Amino acid sequence: MTQALLMRYLLWPLVKFLGAFIVVQAIVAAMNWVERRLLGLIQARLGPNRVGWHGLLQIVADPIKFLLKEDIVPSSSEKVAYFLGPMLPLIPTFMVYCLIPFGPPPMFIAARVNVALLLVLALTSTGVYGIILGGWASNNKYSLMGGLRSAAQMVSYEVPFGLSIVGVLMICGSLDLVRIVDYQANNAWNLFPQIVAFFIFFVSMNAENNRTPFDLPEAESELVAGYHTEYSAMKFAFFMLAEYSAMIVNSCLVTLLFLGGWTMAIDGKGLTTQQLVSMGVLGGIIGLAIFLTKMMFFMFVYIWFRATFPRFRFDQLMDLGWKWMIPLALGNIVVTGVFVLIGQERLMYWIGLATLGAIGFHIFRKPVPAVKAKTAHEVAHAS
Amino acid sequence: MSTLTKFSAIPYTGPAPTNREPYVPANVAQTDARGEEIAAKISNNALQQERGQDMPSFSVDRNAIVDVLTSLRNSGFTIPLDLFGVDYPRRSGGRFDVVYQLYSPQANERVRLKVRVAEDESIPSSVGVFKGYDWYERETFDMFGVKFEGHPNLRRILCHEMFQGHALRKDYDPAQRWLLTEQGVAKLLPKIDPKFENVDTDFERVTLNLGPSHPATHGTLRIVVTLDGETIIGADTEIGYLHRCFEKMAETHTYQQVIPFTDRLNYCSAIINNVGYCMTIEKMLGIEAPARAQHIRLMLSEFMRISDHIICIGTNLVDMGALTNFWYLFQPREEILGLVESCCGARLLPTYTRVGGMAVDAPADFLANSQRLVNMLPKFIDDVEKLIMKNRIFLDRVIGVCPISQEDALSYGFTGPCLRATGVPYDVRKASPYLGYETYDWDVPIADGGDTYARFLVRLEEMRQSLRILQQAIDRGLPPGPVIVDNPYVALPPKERVYNEMESLIYHFKLIMHGIQPPVGEAYFQVEGGNGELGFYVVSDGTKNPYRVRVRPPCFPIFEAYPQMITGQTIPDAIAGLGSLNIIAGELDH
Repeated sequence: MTQALLMRYLLWPLVKFLGAFIVVQAIVAAMNWVERRLLGLIQARLGPNRVGWHGLLQIVADPIKFLLKEDIVPSSSEKVAYFLGPMLPLIPTFMVYCLIPFGPPPMFIAARVNVALLLVLALTSTGVYGIILGGWASNNKYSLMGGLRSAAQMVSYEVPFGLSIVGVLMICGSLDLVRIVDYQANNAWNLFPQIVAFFIFFVSMNAENNRTPFDLPEAESELVAGYHTEYSAMKFAFFMLAEYSAMIVNSCLVTLLFLGGWTMAIDGKGLTTQQLVSMGVLGGIIGLAIFLTKMMFFMFVYIWFRATFPRFRFDQLMDLGWKWMIPLALGNIVVTGVFVLIGQERLMYWIGLATLGAIGFHIFRKPVPAVKAKTAHEVAHAS
Repeated sequence: MSTLTKFSAIPYTGPAPTNREPYVPANVAQTDARGEEIAAKISNNALQQERGQDMPSFSVDRNAIVDVLTSLRNSGFTIPLDLFGVDYPRRSGGRFDVVYQLYSPQANERVRLKVRVAEDESIPSSVGVFKGYDWYERETFDMFGVKFEGHPNLRRILCHEMFQGHALRKDYDPAQRWLLTEQGVAKLLPKIDPKFENVDTDFERVTLNLGPSHPATHGTLRIVVTLDGETIIGADTEIGYLHRCFEKMAETHTYQQVIPFTDRLNYCSAIINNVGYCMTIEKMLGIEAPARAQHIRLMLSEFMRISDHIICIGTNLVDMGALTNFWYLFQPREEILGLVESCCGARLLPTYTRVGGMAVDAPADFLANSQRLVNMLPKFIDDVEKLIMKNRIFLDRVIGVCPISQEDALSYGFTGPCLRATGVPYDVRKASPYLGYETYDWDVPIADGGDTYARFLVRLEEMRQSLRILQQAIDRGLPPGPVIVDNPYVALPPKERVYNEMESLIYHFKLIMHGIQPPVGEAYFQVEGGNGELGFYVVSDGTKNPYRVRVRPPCFPIFEAYPQMITGQTIPDAIAGLGSLNIIAGELDH
């Protein structure tokens, strides 16, 4: 009896967590290569292609380099905080892997908790401590500024990040990620009724992860490398690991909350959870594949953004967060509340779809020519 | 067939230069007449006209210089182009000439003022008249030890604080070495702008050092800023980290040997520097490069201008976090450098021109390659424009960032795209055309506001205008003929003839050993560099070495205005502004 309990509540979750951990770490390592190759593709250059087939062994070469490099500790740093800095963000991001269902339950979830979403938010928001600590402990003005920027930014964007989820919760009526996904399989992706929330969530998650265009904490041209200026070797790698792990966590979240997770169904028709579970192992693999595909799409968008956008200025970033995102998120809650109250959730799907159509039309309409400089000749003839 | 120029079979029959013959510029009578008019207008007793110069020239009594500069400024000479010294140690009645050069954009003319000053005398500072003369006076003090009375901050600028003596004095021994230790480094504490003196001081102000080794400085510049939060409330700059004694080295080399040094000035558009220097010497010699050489010079200058702007725009965007433009634009830049390489074998520092022409002829496929480049470049420019010019984040980052008013830009002596971004349509290629720019159909782009956005607009449009010039140049085709003048006192005879003819061998020997010997005198010549007016002022004493070479680096006054531009802005703005000014440290520090 005890053995069975141990098996069920300790050993088996532990194995699943380790599985998730290894897979996610593999994705993190691969992302390093994918990001550089993809940036190369976008920027009309090659990217790393020397180590192994198409540079694939770069995934191995980078960790080796990080491990073997000299670990420099600035003599004027606060030693304890300096060492804790890179490690603190890692622990919560790793813990989140327990809570995220990577495929149809119960196979692909280490610990199903009925307040999983709340726990995930609570854990990811602690990531900022490591960055502040690292920035402060380095005893470097650039690092300190990076750390402070990061603190302000992550705290500011935590608010719209959390608020945008409220709409989803109101529609789905649960904090359990599995039930949120099931709700979407039985209706439609939350992307449509919660289109505003989706955009807020998506922008906030970019800001949460300090990714372009919100990469101010490490803005290399302004603050050298921001909070990790003084970090080298494996400590620097830990920061990177935490950043990419957090990116994956957030991509998983957006997939689960807005894109139906591992399911591919509308109105209960298609690959719902029940359908996948009934297919056995094959269903598990299909579910996992669907989930990873959706998740990788968002990882791709992260990189795509990085290649496209310039960086915000700090005050503009704060303006966007406090003056636009938070009021919008609050408005979204009110509107969703009204629709839920009058029982017209279905109407929201159509409104969302129409909004998406309008955005698509806006993108593909005939472009307005860019502003150009006048010439002296034109000016002389105009007057 | 060798690519070396074939000399005509007829031996050289032109005049041999007699040593120490005075330099007589073209149109001396007109220049002198114009000088008289200016003198009459200024009507200052301290003003003595100097005749026979290449621009209206006056010698001024040192005590009257501020008055003269003020009245010149009020009569239209609003751009302070240059201020520098020339040392004549054996001359009686004042050892140094301090030369002021001004430009009037309305009348499109230049004027030169010379102030004679002895070692123990000082000149009243003219910082109050032209803001830009602050750094120029510091440089003259640094290099010659000439003191400027009333200068707010007269300390060394290019040499370090523990440097002894004044490097450009003729009696300074260049073999000396001076060590700078940590104790000697000046502690820069930026003055807090009066606007911000009364702001709430409950918070601690931070002094932050950007540079000399900082990712955004693209070279070695040092910017010290005092921050209130992220707002810059005071800034100061320090330059000279890349000082290579260009002017001193030029004095110990022959005229031809100086050409490689000019490459290192603005290394992003090296050929323009080559052209500017060689044309100055050609002006003194009274010769003109053959039509073919001029055509190649013009085409490569325009390609270099495009590549210069590519670097400026690309790196500026990288500083703002937009990575793609940088690498994307580097592809055409590589192609442009490839074209330069096909001409002379070198890419970044080509040293392609010679006094009197080009080193070698352009390859047979030069025009075809140029056409290919001209066809492919617009797509890159358009793509980058599409990517940034309608991007809200980008526009928010550049509009109104690091602005400078037209008045200030003129007072600092801005030229080039940075001046044109404030609405002054001054371009050397239009104002005083060289290489036949007047025969091409093109426009000078201008923008209003003088902010980072305006500089972007001007640079993007300037690349298009350069492409227009290039297309016309390609359509005209390369004129036939040699690429270097047929003058054995200026250009080396081809190797085949040196090996086979006595006379050519002698010419070769004489030119290598005794160099080019321009007539005695001084001349100033300007070209439009990537960043503005790139001028060379050369004094010849008739020997094989220049007596004095002065380069007017366009970056110098532009960077001088930088602290003023960034005060009140935030650090990201300062970085965005710095990139848009296109400061090239090699040129800034000569």
